[in-house]
Amino acid sequence: MSRLHAEEMILNMGPQHPSTHGVLRLKLTTDGEIVSNIEPVIGYLHRCFEKHGENLEYQMVTPFTDRCDYLAAMNNAHAYAIAVEKLMGIELPERVEYLRVIFAELQRIASHLVAIGTFGLDVGAITPFIYCWRDRETILDLFEMASGARLLYNYIWIGGLAHDIPPGFVEKTYEFLDMFDARIAEYNQILTGNKIFIERTADVGVLPPEVAINYGVTGPSLRASGVDFDLRRKEPYSIYDRFDFKVIIGDGRMGTVGDCWDRYYVRMLEMAESARIVRQALDQLPADGDVKSAIPKRIRPPKGEIYFRYENPRGELGYYIVSNGKNIPTRVKMRSPAFSNLSVINEIGRGWMISDVIAILGSLDIVLGEIDR
Amino acid sequence: MTEREIYSALTARFGEKILEFQDSETANPAAVVIPAVLGELMTYLKDSEDTLFDSLMCLSGNDPGAEEPLEVVYHLYSMMHAHHFTVKTRVPRENGHVPSVALLWRTADWHEREAYDMYGIVFDGHPDLKRILLEEDWEGHPLRKDYVAAETYRGMTIAKVKE
Repeated sequence: MSRLHAEEMILNMGPQHPSTHGVLRLKLTTDGEIVSNIEPVIGYLHRCFEKHGENLEYQMVTPFTDRCDYLAAMNNAHAYAIAVEKLMGIELPERVEYLRVIFAELQRIASHLVAIGTFGLDVGAITPFIYCWRDRETILDLFEMASGARLLYNYIWIGGLAHDIPPGFVEKTYEFLDMFDARIAEYNQILTGNKIFIERTADVGVLPPEVAINYGVTGPSLRASGVDFDLRRKEPYSIYDRFDFKVIIGDGRMGTVGDCWDRYYVRMLEMAESARIVRQALDQLPADGDVKSAIPKRIRPPKGEIYFRYENPRGELGYYIVSNGKNIPTRVKMRSPAFSNLSVINEIGRGWMISDVIAILGSLDIVLGEIDR
Repeated sequence: MTEREIYSALTARFGEKILEFQDSETANPAAVVIPAVLGELMTYLKDSEDTLFDSLMCLSGNDPGAEEPLEVVYHLYSMMHAHHFTVKTRVPRENGHVPSVALLWRTADWHEREAYDMYGIVFDGHPDLKRILLEEDWEGHPLRKDYVAAETYRGMTIAKVKE
């Protein structure tokens, strides 16, 4: 019998594909079901953020940062605001710092809920996705109360906030936190310990720590590889040094340290830690203080430059801002976490089956808006 | 090590190839070096016991103004020693070449492709240098201050920015 003719085939996953979490194209080289090479093709969502940044005044860049990572708009604006404030040497009122932390951590929970829900969806668990969406909705309601918007807020401004929180916000947030702990138990029941889910994710796409660092992988994906690195702890910005929280790292409970399951579970535990931070911040929130008092009339940072990095739900969000003393920045470079996190996919996804590549991609939690900027 | 100590170690080793040390209240301290020394210098910073910069946080292109040379800025961090350092290099606006560090830090692969895409800086020794965010047949490098957008792209009109 003559041998069957076999050769490698190029398979395009995306750009329009539900499992790619946006407009991403993966050029897979496949040998049967096995993937031998993955080449991500990005740029479909490029909206010239950095070019816009060089043509707008500092405060006008803030809404653009929201649109880069649309699942973590608060965090992006927070990081940008801190970078410019550091450049200008602005001191903030205590109330602003606390409110910003509350919003940043609520946003982290909301973002992780999307990550976990869509990850379940990628490997075939549809119900948890609906549950996650339900709880994210409550957080979006809180954001809507404060800022009027549900996705892109333009709420954190350079030097302060757009306006103070409305009456009833603190109580509603406490209500959410009281409910949320029970919800985490619910997710664990329907997804974390699910045998099919474990089979699909444990031991799959193992990311060794030194590879992660070399590729610039940060955030939950780095911590899942067992690296104890969280910028909120290592280089505390804002007032993060005042809160008691644990940095979660992966321990390979279901398989190997740094597998897809670890990346999932680190996010799950981080949500509980974020909820703890929000509760502490609410407890300590100063009753008075004008959230607009420190907003400068004219934003003209002195000649100089700064690289400031921030722990965003996806990892290290860096802003490299160069000022020449005018009201328009010379350069606004955004080092987006998902950009570097995605670049590792060929390294850890090679040699797996096509269906595993979908799981690995889902576990990296990418947002194309900030990859393409 | 502080940035100044790292700078002293670098000047002791590389001499006049290190052009200057930028240090002011409103800027991260940075060493400005000539492009030719970059490969050797980065290998030293990454592998030397005292510095051990295992993490390249960010690699940015920068165009300070239409008359000035382009810059490539490297922000380094060491997980082990928890210290930072910034390295800058300057290249001519036309036909600028910089040695690639993509094989030292794999994260530089995509960052260098982005700098090439946006500024036209060529990274010698890069495993696969091509555009990353824009299409291969796009004309010009948009983040340069002297960039003028073409009128059309593949038959589509490019909207002009109103001044």
